[in-house]
Amino acid sequence: MDLKSPSKATNEDRRGRIITYSCIGIIIVLVVSILYFIASRGLATFIQNHVNVFRFLTGTQWNPSLLDSHGQPEVGALPMITTSFLVTILAAIVATPFAFAVAIYMVEIAPKRGTKLLQPVMELLVGIPSVVYGFIGLTVIVPIVRHIFGGTGVGILAGTLVLFVMILPTVTSLSVDALTAVPMYLRSASLALGATRWQTIRKVILRAAMPRLLTAIIFGMARAFGEALAVQMVIGNAALMPTSLVSPTSTLTSQLTTEVGNTVMGTIQNNALWSLALILLLMSLVFNLLVHFIGKRGEIK
Amino acid sequence: MTSALLETENVHLYYGEKEALKGINIDFKPNTINALIGPSGCGKSTYLRCLNRMNDLISGVKITGTFNFKGTDIYAPDVNLVTLRTEIGMVFQQPNPFPFSVYDNVAYGLRLNQHPSKTELDEKIEKALKKAAVWDEVKDDLNKNAMAFSGGQQQRICIARLLAVSPDIILLDEPTSALDPISSGEIEATLMQLKSTYTIIIVTHNLQQASRISDTTSFMLNGELIETGQTSKLFVTPDKQETSDYLNGKFG
Repeated sequence: MDLKSPSKATNEDRRGRIITYSCIGIIIVLVVSILYFIASRGLATFIQNHVNVFRFLTGTQWNPSLLDSHGQPEVGALPMITTSFLVTILAAIVATPFAFAVAIYMVEIAPKRGTKLLQPVMELLVGIPSVVYGFIGLTVIVPIVRHIFGGTGVGILAGTLVLFVMILPTVTSLSVDALTAVPMYLRSASLALGATRWQTIRKVILRAAMPRLLTAIIFGMARAFGEALAVQMVIGNAALMPTSLVSPTSTLTSQLTTEVGNTVMGTIQNNALWSLALILLLMSLVFNLLVHFIGKRGEIK
Repeated sequence: MTSALLETENVHLYYGEKEALKGINIDFKPNTINALIGPSGCGKSTYLRCLNRMNDLISGVKITGTFNFKGTDIYAPDVNLVTLRTEIGMVFQQPNPFPFSVYDNVAYGLRLNQHPSKTELDEKIEKALKKAAVWDEVKDDLNKNAMAFSGGQQQRICIARLLAVSPDIILLDEPTSALDPISSGEIEATLMQLKSTYTIIIVTHNLQQASRISDTTSFMLNGELIETGQTSKLFVTPDKQETSDYLNGKFG
């Protein structure tokens, strides 16, 4: 037997390792180039076009083709930033109680019936393309909002309602996972101490699952923050500071999708859009860090 | 002869078609430690879980027989499960503290149905932890997560959590089987101290433990009660051959 020449198994091992490492390498290169590209384009607004970062973040006038009184292009991103955050937070606030209620029903109250009935519903909601959500929003929600509040009906309220339905399945299924992860013995312990089922849910299960439930909400917010198409169809697409929940405005994403076809690479108009993309990228990084941080906190049990 | 605190008569339990308990009669006198022994699957834990109606949680279980606790049938339709479980409390095999602070763990039962003041709570929690003989080890870390303590300490925190709601009877389902010998010894010492105030029913796999701490022992086999009596007698001169065989390690 030749101990020094590599066996067939060793060769296979090496081949597997090469394939794995090259795939990882390609993905890393891809991610780094995307980050570099967005950052270089996004920062060009500030470096090449000499836009003041502070004025970019706090300005309320968005009209990159025009110059303002200081001789700088009018690229105030505050309306988009505000609207993006408002629809995200409002959608999360509306969706959370529904998601938790459905999750509690599915895990604690009627595990068999609840799962059989609601699991397919949630999967269906995930599967509907966002353009369909936007279309429904445009033809159903916007007229209703218009009827109740007057005006055009488009704006943050319509955006919130569409996003609420879109993030509901995400938050729900992650909440279901969070509740399922609470060990059975904690339920027994609570019941054996004379707690009712509702007391057990409220005081033990929700509390023990809280870090993972917060993670579920943040994942939902990340989805809401990044959603472009459905929001674009109901938000109004006017880069104006929102004056109410029913005034036409624009999110970071909807501004990008609306304008990106109308600009030429390398111009200030185009660079300004990349700066919006950079904000989106940084925000998704923040959401990821939050999830990571909360997950770490939750581990200390 | 003091009368029994809890009398069970002709207890049958069915999981669907399967008969898991085949007519168990055991009486428990106040301020005694009562051991339930027998090989795995003999029904001793199932029987124990009948006593605070934890089996109600399992679907398809049917229980018959009488359970007379202080003159009340605990399976009567108008029995309040919440009150029952505060009077007949349970400690589980695996230490199962909530992932909260020690303080919140012990306060849990107290806060369920009333809103005690902070001083009242502090006092009751200290008392419960002292009775469970874990006070000296946790008194400086009451705000630390209960899961951060050792298994034996966790189990005694669970006992304290139960003592805080002042039950009459404490059910223990193999409370030391997940613990090392030193922690087990500490739990046993705790139980001996508690005997003066509480009635203790303990399921155990550890025959030495049963003989060391219990006043009466009941031996179960295949869902039947083979023999019950004074521990000192049952371990030395059992009436039945099966008991003798089990105690001598011929099976089980």
